[in-house]
Amino acid sequence: MTTSAVLMMVVAMLVVWGGLVASILFLRARPEVDDARLPDPDGDAPATDGR
Amino acid sequence: MAGGSAAAAPERETWTSSTGFILAAVGSAVGLGNIWRFPGVAYESGGGAFLIPYLVALLTAGIPILFLDYAIGHRYRGAAPLSYRRMARPAEALGWFQIVLSFVIAVYYAAVIAWSLSYFVFAFDLRWGEDTAVFFTGEYLQVGDPEVSTTLVPGVAVPLVLVWVVVLAIIALGVSRGVQRVNVVFIPLLVVAFVGLVARALTLPGAADGLNALFTPDWAALADPGVWIAAYSQIFFSLSIAFGIMVTYASYQRRRANMTSSGLVVAFANSSFEILAGIGVFATLGFLAHQQASTVDQLEGLSGPILSFVTFPAVISEMPGGNLFGAVFFGALVLAGFTSIISILLGVAASVSEKFGLAHRTASIVVCGVCAVISIGLFSTTSGLIALDTVDQWANNVGIVVSAIVMTVLVAWVFRTAPVLRAHLNRVSTFQVGRVWYVLVGGLAPVLLTYMLVERVRTLLTEGYEGYPTWYLALFGWGAIALVVVGALILTLAPWRDRDDTDFHAWPELEEERR
Repeated sequence: MTTSAVLMMVVAMLVVWGGLVASILFLRARPEVDDARLPDPDGDAPATDGR
Repeated sequence: MAGGSAAAAPERETWTSSTGFILAAVGSAVGLGNIWRFPGVAYESGGGAFLIPYLVALLTAGIPILFLDYAIGHRYRGAAPLSYRRMARPAEALGWFQIVLSFVIAVYYAAVIAWSLSYFVFAFDLRWGEDTAVFFTGEYLQVGDPEVSTTLVPGVAVPLVLVWVVVLAIIALGVSRGVQRVNVVFIPLLVVAFVGLVARALTLPGAADGLNALFTPDWAALADPGVWIAAYSQIFFSLSIAFGIMVTYASYQRRRANMTSSGLVVAFANSSFEILAGIGVFATLGFLAHQQASTVDQLEGLSGPILSFVTFPAVISEMPGGNLFGAVFFGALVLAGFTSIISILLGVAASVSEKFGLAHRTASIVVCGVCAVISIGLFSTTSGLIALDTVDQWANNVGIVVSAIVMTVLVAWVFRTAPVLRAHLNRVSTFQVGRVWYVLVGGLAPVLLTYMLVERVRTLLTEGYEGYPTWYLALFGWGAIALVVVGALILTLAPWRDRDDTDFHAWPELEEERR
């Protein structure tokens, strides 16, 4: 492969797949808004488990 | 709390977890377009340089409109017509426009899934033979003239009936027991299958030439407005935004749910799959060019149904162990297609159920049943491919674009509900939406979309489409759009008889709503 093609492929993978990883990490770090700021009207149904 | 009327609507069903919602939304977004549209568009629009307009389009239009869909569905807790009605009463008509359009799209989308199912079976003995183009249009579809045909093609009719039976069963089972369960299994399976395909494709001789063709940047392309429009169109069509699907999905999310942060995951997952598909498709095309002692730019049929059903079968026949590769590829198309058509039809079934007071299961059977009859009648005949091509062109490039323009203008300029929607997103989510969202949704999006629409309509009016006769385009192209408008008007005028739950109070209460 040519250098410019390799470079663009790597950039595409880093930006898009990196964006996916970053958004998943962000969601896991802050899965829900603070209970004190906004109490859950539907009770304490779990947000992230895979029931 | 909400739902306090005497004949209180039953508690709204919800996704049982955020993961379930995200997988279903990804399943909806990742469809056939990711696999057969993105690679070809990227290749023709500047190769590696296309990444720049593509990312700009994702961040400035894709994600903002996705958030808009989420905000409306999540706050007003209904399928598109009910949600829009609760936002601003006359907007209900837009909801029905989107729902009838979804119905039309489902009619032909099912046919493509049926073709993929057939080809999944054909892969085991490479039944398409030497001349894959003749096999596809001649032997398999038995394409005739652009006409209204009643000659049944059993090879298409049988898988099509099968597709409809499964779709009906999944929708009738409901959100958590049907749609979510299917996506939780299908989406990981799709990713595993596609990663396997890409790994195999990369080991084929010529793969590097294919990737060169896809990724070598043509920076001059960035000066071409057509390339930017192609990027916005690709993002727009691939995310399943602005035609009610995501409104419906968001309405089933728990009231306190992290909408924007989930939305970012969905949007990036969709684009991630497109990049993966691009690598897989072009590595494979590189192999085809290598086998033919030719180059990728000499190849034809690099996108759309022809890529999947003519070009790919030809490559598969040349490949050692092609049967397995073919079965996995067409299996992946079936999975991607199923998880998308389910989202399209769930919105239709939910809208009918809400407006006419039918139980979810009854509404599902009525909607899927009617859709199936039309679909089988229209697409298992000898005129199937041409009808599909025509309806698809108009539904996407005219229907969905009109829907998006009207939606953004209504929210930003007519009913001015954008501040409420932004406040809603920011109250329930951990990723905060800034004021720039107003500019993107109310300014950039409608302007670009209007430009896209005008250009396309002008082309369709002056040059026609694919050389099909004018009467045929009037009937299946413009006729489809007219049908959607008429259907939307009739469904809007039908009475709610209090089923819209006039006591509904959106949650959480917001300052912005009491302006």
